[in-house]
Amino acid sequence: MRDVAIVGIGLSRWGEVWDASLRTLWTEAALAALDDAGLDRVDSITVGSMTPGLFVGQEHLGALLADELGMAGVPATRVESACASGGVALKTGFAEVAAGLADIVLVTGVEKMTDVSGDECTAALAAAADAELEVFYGATFPGLYAMMARAHMARWGTTREQLAMVAVKNHRHGALNPHAQYRQEITVKDVIESAMVAEPLTILDCSPITDGAAAVVLAELGVARTIAKGRPIVRIAGVGQATDRIALQSRADLTTLPATTLAAQRAFKMAGKTPNDIHLAEVHDCFTIAEILVIEALGLCQPGQGGCQASSGRTALGGAIPVNPSGGLKSKGHPVGATGVAQAVEITTQLRGVAGKRQVAGARIGLTQNMGGTGASTVVHILEVAS
Amino acid sequence: MSPLNPARVAREFPSRYRLEAARCEGCGVVSFPPRVVCPACRGRKFATASLEPEGKVLTWTVIHVGPSSHKHEVPYALAVVELADGVRITCQIADLDPAQVAPGLPVRLEFRRIQEDGEAGVIAYGHKAVPA
Repeated sequence: MRDVAIVGIGLSRWGEVWDASLRTLWTEAALAALDDAGLDRVDSITVGSMTPGLFVGQEHLGALLADELGMAGVPATRVESACASGGVALKTGFAEVAAGLADIVLVTGVEKMTDVSGDECTAALAAAADAELEVFYGATFPGLYAMMARAHMARWGTTREQLAMVAVKNHRHGALNPHAQYRQEITVKDVIESAMVAEPLTILDCSPITDGAAAVVLAELGVARTIAKGRPIVRIAGVGQATDRIALQSRADLTTLPATTLAAQRAFKMAGKTPNDIHLAEVHDCFTIAEILVIEALGLCQPGQGGCQASSGRTALGGAIPVNPSGGLKSKGHPVGATGVAQAVEITTQLRGVAGKRQVAGARIGLTQNMGGTGASTVVHILEVAS
Repeated sequence: MSPLNPARVAREFPSRYRLEAARCEGCGVVSFPPRVVCPACRGRKFATASLEPEGKVLTWTVIHVGPSSHKHEVPYALAVVELADGVRITCQIADLDPAQVAPGLPVRLEFRRIQEDGEAGVIAYGHKAVPA
């Protein structure tokens, strides 16, 4: 298997971008990544997108977007794995370069979410849950995560304030990120007193609805060295992916994320690393409880100890293991198909040492964790500065 | 696309009307609704089983922002309920103030209207849990 490096990164505008379509947002990110890499040709394109059919009535994104970039002729593949679509698109691009099918791959993710009403958006996102066993009976994604939160609180004594602290921390980080959708700092009181969505989760426990796209350019390591332009080369050292039973009710334990644990074990093994080696992580905080469950599943803290990590400062910038220095999905925004790619953009920015006010000092090894549904799909990447 | 396409609703009648389940002939694990492959042992042979409607709440939430299909019901309690045989289902808790729901609450499944589609006129039934 060949070594693979990230040689270019790019983001489109993020937020409620009413004047830009899916294809425009995607092209902004793709061009930014290609320009960052200094390349104008690629061997292959992957596109992570959860449900453009429900959001904008458009499928067949591979051909559409290759055409949009003036690259008709290049093989282009849409990858779907709910909210993990972007991360799985990255894994797919990695596999193409590692296998020698391509030397340079443009990996992208995109979601255009604000062209539909709030109800339609809820319905589109709910398509990642079990339609017959959960959604039919009135389940929503906040509702499913709320039930996981209640189970975690009952088992480990996790408190409402500890949930809120995850949002407070990530907004504090996002306030330092010029690209974040919601850059204002918030307090525990703000979170707890904001509008109730699904008890105990309020609107400020939930990641927002976001339009946006993200892109990275992958190259075989030898090729990457020839175009590094003196910047640190960021190598993808480990990749892991796993699934779980899709309906929450089918899982033996409602307080753990076995697919995340399995994906992480695979990625750590491939990279020859352990959780103790990680300097920073971008994880899937679609809801505050999700970050708590994820850092436990990744082994970044002990089981049951996820709740106190944000409040103790351990996962904040300046702490032992900063989690979501970008602001995470919560503050940076969550265009679902783009998120997994945007996580790799952030870690690459950090490993290049150019993250500005949110820079994690001395960062050389970072991790991304992107998941779909209530954790039924997870993909983990470990990135490191190549020597 | 409506989730209440008549054929799609009718396919679920055995489980949603009669609580029909499937007991794996290989390992004895009960699946609800019935499926083709046993998730526990990958067995493919099943005997039809019928669920007992008594169980208890494992975890729950109260939904304040509902999907359009259930918007008129908010706030409503939604729970994962464990029945005998270890079968777990997701359903609403009815006939009880949502604030009174708690883990371990004994419940019984009752046949109730779950949602309807005004355009096609389809009414879909299933189960809600009520205090036992």
